[in-house]
Amino acid sequence: MIRSEILKEIAPILNPHLVVCNIGLPSQELHMIDDNERNFYMLGTMGLSSSIGFGLALAQDKPVISIDGDGSVLTNLGTLPTIANNATGNYTLLIIDNGSYGSTGDQPTYAGMKTNLTNVARACGCENVIEVQDKDLGPVLQEAVDSDQMTIIVCKCDSGNIKLPVITMDPVVIRHRFMEAVKG
Amino acid sequence: MNIDKKIVDDLVANDVSFVTTVPCKQLAGVIEEVEAREDIFHIPSNKEDEGMGLCAGAFMGGKRPAIIMQNTAIGVTINTLATLTQFYRLPLPMIISYRGELREPVACQVEMAVHTKALLAQLNIPTYHFHWKDDVKEFDNILKYTFMCNKPVAILTDANFWGGYGDQ
Ligand SMILES: Cc1ncc(C[n+]2csc(CCOP(=O)(O)OP(=O)(O)O)c2C)c(N)n1
Ligand SMILES: [Mg+2]
Repeated sequence: MIRSEILKEIAPILNPHLVVCNIGLPSQELHMIDDNERNFYMLGTMGLSSSIGFGLALAQDKPVISIDGDGSVLTNLGTLPTIANNATGNYTLLIIDNGSYGSTGDQPTYAGMKTNLTNVARACGCENVIEVQDKDLGPVLQEAVDSDQMTIIVCKCDSGNIKLPVITMDPVVIRHRFMEAVKG
Repeated sequence: MNIDKKIVDDLVANDVSFVTTVPCKQLAGVIEEVEAREDIFHIPSNKEDEGMGLCAGAFMGGKRPAIIMQNTAIGVTINTLATLTQFYRLPLPMIISYRGELREPVACQVEMAVHTKALLAQLNIPTYHFHWKDDVKEFDNILKYTFMCNKPVAILTDANFWGGYGDQ
């Protein structure tokens, strides 16, 4: 499965929850599949989806899911020790590991070579790291969101993209409606 | 007046309850004070752009954030300041040790010091420079200003302000 197929499948699981979504195609795909005020779309700032979602999870009690990519986690590897050492049960980090920089044309990342992000997350001190194949993600994600233990999911899948328009919504609108959803 | 205590008192009085830090020798005292306060959740970050991401999330979760870092981090965080903090209009007080200024003993620090104000000006980031101990009296106003305008705001604090490098 490619990322857009995965997002289609897990959209109903994501829907009731606060979701911070990675820059580029992941956000464009989520926006197309199920745009709602509980989604925070990143329009730039590669690497910070996990950090933004984690700050949000620490600041309030609702469940938060950060959707990240292998390339973005590699660019902000320092995030994993921070998350591990300040664990909060309402946080789930979903790393869609397609082994490539998808949004920029599927150039290979080191996560698709010798580097194993599951092991990296564990070595950083994350206690509940689950590696899962794309087709098996749904129940694993549901359980991670329902449980009060913080979970890092590394979802292995295929590279590949669909053609999509960019998100034209103003960032302040995205942020405002998201904050209303956080409060609501 | 103890400046470390005054800075953290002002943070608490302005309802800042989420603080991320990357250390600098000049900031050791204020970081220790942040860590000691029950009203503040202190989360050290590994890199300052990561810290700004945490602060963005915390603000959207209803907490007022702040970051404490060295001026060299301006070189690390320009993309994040422009595409996250400014683009989404998020408030962020940045308490910055201004290394490489008067009374600096480490030559390498001067190399980023000479770019610091120019970079902040290029980014249109409101910038305050604390050089004398008394300048800290402005801090409370700067915090109110930051959360009024929803912008990142820089407070540069040099060695003279802290009482001389390593002499504190
Ligand atoms: C600092 C910076 N460098 C490069 C880019 C270009 N860029 C945007 S998205 C992306 C790929 C992200 O890959 P990954 O996190 O694995 O997500 P995927 O698209 O594969 O799901 C890159 C390299 C950028 N936005 N910012
Ligand atoms: Mg990828």
